[in-house]
Amino acid sequence: MAGKTEAILARKGEIMKRALGMDYSQFEQSPIAFDYEGMMAAHGYSIDDITAIQRAGGVGRTPLLELRNLTDLVRSYSEPGHGARIFVKDEAANMAGSFKDRRASVSIHVAREKGYAGVIAATSGNYGAAVSSQAARAGLNCIIVQEAFDSRHVGQPEIIEKSRICEAFGAEVIQLTVGPELFSHMLELLDETGYLAASLYSAFGVSGIETLGYELAEEMTAVTGAPPTHVVVTHAGGGNTTGTARGLKRAGATTEIVSASVDLSGLHMASDSDFNRKSFTTGHTGFGVPFATWPDRADVPRNAARALRYMDRYLTVSQGEVFYVTEAMAKLEGLERGPSGNTAMAAAMSLARDLPRDATVVVQETEYTGAGKHHWAQLNFARENGVEVRAGDPAENVPGKSIIIPERPEQIRAKDFDLAKMRRSYVRNALSHAPEGYVPTDADIAFLAEDTNSDTATVEETIAGLKAT
Amino acid sequence: MADIMRCNAGDWVEVERVLLEPADRSTNLPEETAAQPLRMWVKGFARSAAAVGDEVAVETMTGRAVTGTLTDVNPGYLHTFGRPTPELTHVGRDLRDRVAAYRAKAGE
Repeated sequence: MAGKTEAILARKGEIMKRALGMDYSQFEQSPIAFDYEGMMAAHGYSIDDITAIQRAGGVGRTPLLELRNLTDLVRSYSEPGHGARIFVKDEAANMAGSFKDRRASVSIHVAREKGYAGVIAATSGNYGAAVSSQAARAGLNCIIVQEAFDSRHVGQPEIIEKSRICEAFGAEVIQLTVGPELFSHMLELLDETGYLAASLYSAFGVSGIETLGYELAEEMTAVTGAPPTHVVVTHAGGGNTTGTARGLKRAGATTEIVSASVDLSGLHMASDSDFNRKSFTTGHTGFGVPFATWPDRADVPRNAARALRYMDRYLTVSQGEVFYVTEAMAKLEGLERGPSGNTAMAAAMSLARDLPRDATVVVQETEYTGAGKHHWAQLNFARENGVEVRAGDPAENVPGKSIIIPERPEQIRAKDFDLAKMRRSYVRNALSHAPEGYVPTDADIAFLAEDTNSDTATVEETIAGLKAT
Repeated sequence: MADIMRCNAGDWVEVERVLLEPADRSTNLPEETAAQPLRMWVKGFARSAAAVGDEVAVETMTGRAVTGTLTDVNPGYLHTFGRPTPELTHVGRDLRDRVAAYRAKAGE
């Protein structure tokens, strides 16, 4: 690696300490464990405080809609007595068009309170729009760093639209070609400007999502008399699952948390040639699996988004299934929304089919749609980039090579990802990041059990298995 | 029509910079990525007159000065919805029929 990149990475700790607005070292307990709840509470805001911050920022209190037509469609092919009621939280109604406004709002509030002149975030997704919009309202400067193009200077229409919306809100948008060195460039910008790093993975950001789970528990109770039996969450970096589940818990709900991602297995996330062969820029397994199995790969010392702690199931769906459901939502429910946010909806249709009629399934987000950020645009782009698009059985899809659009809704079948395997993978990663020869203490094992939503016996068994190999 | 090949000082433009040459890139990259430079584009107000391909300094929205090669003047957004996907055009009609048939049967 070049001297330039090395020099900035060597100063990472110092730059981030100033840029994060919080000292993470106080929460470290051992080479493995840290005080997660302590970190989440350190900002000192209660959920009522966060709700108030969000109300002032024009964020939250989005409509909860029952999808009666979609529910009846699912019931039309479910076994007798099956077909749960499906609801959606229309998060596209937030100011910048997605639940990411909740995530951005607390960071922007902190930036203003602490006197930062601006904020920087690395994101090619809706989070950029959210940070840009909230920063504009708060009178703060904003830089969004995006991985936008392959080496031909060709970008997904969805990402180009996200560049546009950030610039529409007055952000400076840095568009880069493919590569993880995006992070070192972000460090240079943080160093040059002295702005707050509005990380997706900070405690501020993830706390901001808790209001989503809290709200939907209250709203479902008002409509059906109880919190939902199931919530389906589109999963990528883990914040959506973590924040929503924490909010539901705060509301006293015992809802089953089902995370869902688009299956993009086999595509390399740092590959220049694979970059434009995927038709989803987020909500996919390319983020979902690595972030769940090693959350601390993020741009903060300790990631507040720890999806394995909260996931009860992890479902995957194919790109074609999500595009089909996106079309169905518009035509059956009058809800034309962006495809990525409908990942959970595709999984929910499959899930609801297997649940009894009195079960309630909430899809906890939608996202805005528009030119570029639309299933037609993404499918046309896929075809132009040599991906086969055809009607058929979605089970035959090969990520990066083919997108198979279902011919009938019965063909929408989510697949269960092996959570036990993910938990083992997490434990292996945690041990491999500790110094060579470090022996996990009882406290470490208790932490790993909590962080994987399992128990100490399972963790000990995994560790024993790793030693044997 | 405004000239999109030349800018004057104060015009809204786009510039490109190479941040890392292939030799300077991170290790552990897939080959096809490692073979390419890491490039960056940003928009701002030109500090001087220039033609596309010239080096020019811009002042970005945050007030930063960035120097790069002029790539566009008054850059726009040309992304669209495009034509409908033929494999999806029937979905609305078919599913409405199915819901109606299900309700007719359930109401019997």
